Amino acid sequence: MFRYIVRRLLGAVVVVFIVSLVTFFLFSVGPKITGSSPAYLYVGKNPTPELVAAIEKSFGLDQPLVTQYAQYMKGIVVGREFSDGTAEGTRPCPAPCFGYSFRYQAPVWDLMKDRFPVTLSLAVGAAILWLIFGLSVGILSALKRGTLVDRIAMITALAGVSLPVYFTGLVLLYVFVYGPIRFLPPPSWVPLTENPFAWFQALILPWVALAFLYAALYARLTRANMLDTMSEDYIRTAVAKGLSRRKVISKHALRAALTPIITIFGLDVGALLGGAILTEKVFSLPGLGYLAIDAIGKQDLPVIMGVTIIAALFIVVANIVVDVLYGVVDPRVRLS
Amino acid sequence: MTLTVDSAASLPSGPPKHFLEVRDLRVAFPTDDGLVRSVDGLSFSVERGKTMGIVGESGSGKSVTSQAILGLQKGTRAQVSGEIWFDGEELVGMTADEMRSLRGNKLAMIFQDPLSSMHPFYKVGEQIVEAYRIHNDVSKQAARKRAIEMLDRVGIPNPDRRVDDYPHQFSGGMRQRAMIAMALVNDPQLLIADEPTTALDVTVQAQILDLLRDLQKEFNSAIILITHDLGVIAEIADDVTVMYGGRCVEQGAVRDLFYQPEMPYTWGLLGSMPRLDRDRKGRLDPIPGNPPSLINLPKGCVFNPRCRFQGHVSGSACRDTRPDLLEASPGHSVRCHIPVEERHTIWRDQIKPAL
Repeated sequence: MFRYIVRRLLGAVVVVFIVSLVTFFLFSVGPKITGSSPAYLYVGKNPTPELVAAIEKSFGLDQPLVTQYAQYMKGIVVGREFSDGTAEGTRPCPAPCFGYSFRYQAPVWDLMKDRFPVTLSLAVGAAILWLIFGLSVGILSALKRGTLVDRIAMITALAGVSLPVYFTGLVLLYVFVYGPIRFLPPPSWVPLTENPFAWFQALILPWVALAFLYAALYARLTRANMLDTMSEDYIRTAVAKGLSRRKVISKHALRAALTPIITIFGLDVGALLGGAILTEKVFSLPGLGYLAIDAIGKQDLPVIMGVTIIAALFIVVANIVVDVLYGVVDPRVRLS
Repeated sequence: MTLTVDSAASLPSGPPKHFLEVRDLRVAFPTDDGLVRSVDGLSFSVERGKTMGIVGESGSGKSVTSQAILGLQKGTRAQVSGEIWFDGEELVGMTADEMRSLRGNKLAMIFQDPLSSMHPFYKVGEQIVEAYRIHNDVSKQAARKRAIEMLDRVGIPNPDRRVDDYPHQFSGGMRQRAMIAMALVNDPQLLIADEPTTALDVTVQAQILDLLRDLQKEFNSAIILITHDLGVIAEIADDVTVMYGGRCVEQGAVRDLFYQPEMPYTWGLLGSMPRLDRDRKGRLDPIPGNPPSLINLPKGCVFNPRCRFQGHVSGSACRDTRPDLLEASPGHSVRCHIPVEERHTIWRDQIKPAL
């Protein structure tokens, strides 16, 4: 088991390395093709050639790409300093240094570090909601298959899967904030540590909007898994033993039906931790997704790269966690 | 005994005379396409220590019969009627809860595919312990001891270690042994084995049948063995019920069925056993056609669309009138319009020499 985890971690490092390589060269080669230097993005309009040259020098943009990449990777591990040789032109970027934002004039890591709690709050809260509702609706639907309850649940789930977050999000905002029921104040992010109640108020609608989409997916998936499992031979064996229906469902059916959900749940949460772009944008939550979409709009390349690498890291880590968990739950994939 | 036209009217009524008595069992499932009559008027009886073999093709109603005896259709949309008397109690009219206390306890079942029939996430021992503790108020340790004892009894080597294995760590034959241990853990008086050897390779099949026979002697239980394999029937059954299209078409002692079969379908089953001592062409003689749809059963004799011997019946009785299950000789009933003497002649002159 230990060796298995070590092997998976090494694999993860390789994947993140490749992602960083691809992103780095994509973003570095792009400006080269159009014939402009990323340095122009740092400076204002109509810069002097001397200023551009100074910027290029301080960010190492005059070096060959391979050297730039090596410096970038080294920066992540030990940190670096951007300097054009003058005292006021020196910008420290302590480890882990994911580059220096053109627009915010700040290390990318600091920007991401500030945004991450927002995304984390959003993802975790929504995940709890959608797990509770998605699973219970899915299980109920499967057990009441063909009844009115099942049909209503599945039609609602279909709506949930089909409606994009920017639609449900705006409807929620209209109804509860700006529309007929002025139940909540306009959402504005407050850290949990500062004011838990305000934090909750700001997040409840984003949670619901995001969870609705995922809960719908999970309800459909759970229902299908549950129906599949209920027709398995081992369920018939459990019934033939004389177990009560409640026991058959809780002990035999759920365990098998919910195991595949672990995989999808892990990957979904992993992906969301890298930023829920639509939800964050609709509710103006300053999370990683918001940072990324903002950076794309402003061509802030180091930020886009930083968020991409961090998002990839989350997905890779989620994958490992899922694989290890799966081994715990399903003895057939357990490795000796 | 007077023979009446309606076979149901000639059924015994009142208290049962046998350990297990199935009387005029009917199981139907309503579907969008119509009512599927899976079992339609089946009767048979089994004594303790005896084995009844039920033979038939897929869809002939064998498995549905076994599920009806276990009461697995209770609470579903299936329509079950008739009587099942088991040790003096009637099962069809029982509530689901009453039935549940018998199931796995006095009545147990083993299934066809031992890999898919065991829960992949629970240890073999845990599954046997569970089966024991549903019906016995004992500690986990006592139940575990019992599970080890049962695994030992069915011939699992090192049972005290293998009890903590998962089903996927067992071989196919061992899994079926474990399933048998699980079914027998509460000393059932009736064991229903639904194709218990079909998923196993041939050498293991023989071991499992031997095991069943030994255990039957030891526990004096009645066994209903469902199979499509006449070889298995010849090996282990005392009596045989041949099912076709949800009905019994021939019933009798195993000797009668093999040495004096009377129904053309039974002849067909015997003919479709491959023979290695024939040249390649003559090794296998399948029954032409397919089993009937259980929604639209053929008029007349259910087997008539596939029967080659209708010329022996005058008129169109085979296509118009449903034959009754009549006693051809004591303890041997046949559902066929061909006159008894004629059947004996056909068997002696045409069928038997070709087998």
